[in-house]
Amino acid sequence: MSVVGESSPSLLRGLWALTVRELKKWLSDPVMVVMFVLQPLIWMGLLGKSMNINALFSSRGISNMPALIPVPGVYLVPPSQGIIYINSTLLQQIFSNIGSEIVQNTFGVADYFSYMAVGMISMIVVMTSTFSGVSIVWDRRLGFLDKVLSTPVPRASIIFSKILNAFLRAVFQATVILALAYMLGLRLNPNFTLINMLGIYAAIFLVSVGLSSIFLAFSIRATRMERPMQFINLIMMPLMFASNTFFPVDLMPVWLQVIVRINPLTYLTDALRQLTILQLDLIKLLWDFTCLAAFATTLAVIGIVLSWRYLTA
Amino acid sequence: MVNEVIKAEGLTKIFNKNLVAVDHVSFNVEDGEIFGFLGPNGAGKTTTIKMLTTVLRPTEGRAFVMGYDVVKQASNVRKVIGVVPQEYTADEDLTGYENIMLCADLYGVPRDVARKRAHELLELVELTRFKDKKVETYSGGMRRRLELACGLINRPKILFLDEPTLGLDVQTRAAIWDYIRRLKEEYNMTIFMTTHYLEEADALCDRIAIIDYGKIVALDSPSNLKNSLGGDIITLTIKENIDVSDIIRSVDNVKYVRYEGGAYRIKAESGEITAPLIIEALRRKGYTVVKLFLSKPTLDEVYLEYTGRRMRDTEESMDSFIRYRITMRRARAR
Repeated sequence: MSVVGESSPSLLRGLWALTVRELKKWLSDPVMVVMFVLQPLIWMGLLGKSMNINALFSSRGISNMPALIPVPGVYLVPPSQGIIYINSTLLQQIFSNIGSEIVQNTFGVADYFSYMAVGMISMIVVMTSTFSGVSIVWDRRLGFLDKVLSTPVPRASIIFSKILNAFLRAVFQATVILALAYMLGLRLNPNFTLINMLGIYAAIFLVSVGLSSIFLAFSIRATRMERPMQFINLIMMPLMFASNTFFPVDLMPVWLQVIVRINPLTYLTDALRQLTILQLDLIKLLWDFTCLAAFATTLAVIGIVLSWRYLTA
Repeated sequence: MVNEVIKAEGLTKIFNKNLVAVDHVSFNVEDGEIFGFLGPNGAGKTTTIKMLTTVLRPTEGRAFVMGYDVVKQASNVRKVIGVVPQEYTADEDLTGYENIMLCADLYGVPRDVARKRAHELLELVELTRFKDKKVETYSGGMRRRLELACGLINRPKILFLDEPTLGLDVQTRAAIWDYIRRLKEEYNMTIFMTTHYLEEADALCDRIAIIDYGKIVALDSPSNLKNSLGGDIITLTIKENIDVSDIIRSVDNVKYVRYEGGAYRIKAESGEITAPLIIEALRRKGYTVVKLFLSKPTLDEVYLEYTGRRMRDTEESMDSFIRYRITMRRARAR
């Protein structure tokens, strides 16, 4: 006679088991892991390096420049007009300095690559988090979800395993990309310490919790992968361009600025930049975290409640 | 003590407010029996299993598993049941052993107990040799056996098997039947299963419910169901070219005689006793029987009787379903 009720399902054990399953699945396919890292890396390399904004202002593009450039000028003593000659090397120097000043003032750092690379880290965080939520469609389609639902494992374990999985993967990928970007020439701010790294992980945590739970709620009712995937495709690009990933907000038209400021990606990217390449501005960072926390809480509550309802009804 | 380990009362599931998948189904499953739901794809078998295993909530009616209400005491139900779904749900990227341990974690079986039991179960379904191989390398039969082992990790009182041999070849199917019988003996379980294979229901089940368009149209043991058709079929041919229907009809136990295609088709009770009587009656009148077949009624005939359709007619839709499943498996295997 078997013992009835010997099993004592626990939230943590179920959560851990399901999370480990997802991580094993993910790591069992190194090609996928590499591709996922490769994508932002390519973006970073191509956009960050090809859009050599610093060079725009260096007058390197002007060829056949004469040594002396004639400029209409005004003599002050005695007052009269005429042609003056400027040494072109000097002129280039002046442009260059002004250019660097413009880049520094626009992007907050002296090189565009660093600016852009950090933007890519937030892009990968957003992508990983959404995909993790959407992966429930496969679980459902293959019957795995129904099997799990027929076991006494707490339903919360199922939901939290997706969220935890999103966070762990995002942390892994963000770390790899930051390291790669550093090797490719990202200039970290000199005060960068381990505490900054923890700050980065905290920001990633907020975003991955919010996004993975809302996308989980979206896809848990979907029977096919196409719809959620199409949705992600639809929003991913606008989400990136309507944020500070590629360009500073202040220079955008006002209507766009409104959108950018409600885009969570903006706050994630800014927080990451504050913590890596910029001179840390504590007030700004706190504001970023406040917005991220508000965003994460809202989405997580909606997402978890909707998913919970579906799984228990 | 609960005698009825499963009790369904007017169990009904309506999808999207108009698709009636299961229509006021009532039945009891007794302790220790193998109870089968027989019917074609779409008859409501899987929906019934999903309600009994707490995955779907019934639209109407109630069901009790081990005395627990499947809606109000769902978590208690989940603790005492084992479920082997129709799909291969084992994770292909994990090994057989890892899959079993994952199930153990979901059921909350203590780790040391689970480890011991996993080895025992792998031994029982003869997968010990492959336990550290990834499931993607397993054949269909091996996957099914692994699913069986997973469904037993919590030593369930009741095991639910949804189409346990769907898509398997005849040999593998027979092997799976063996495992099911062995598991049942070993663990003294009650088994609730669904199938659309007549031979499977016949070979395994103590009692069968024939389900058609969401309703139970017949419920009894396979032999009673067959007997309810009113006897066996005797087909015979005589040497002479004369109508002897009346002579045959006069023999005791003969219910019905029809001459078709040069042979007499006779329906009679207890065919093995009646057939010699018919031969004797004909011989006395001077006729010689040259060929005689005695066939016991099959479940196929039972099915025809109750639903007005042959089970075989539904096989084609099943085939396309299996093909879809294979496609899904390929898609998953990348």
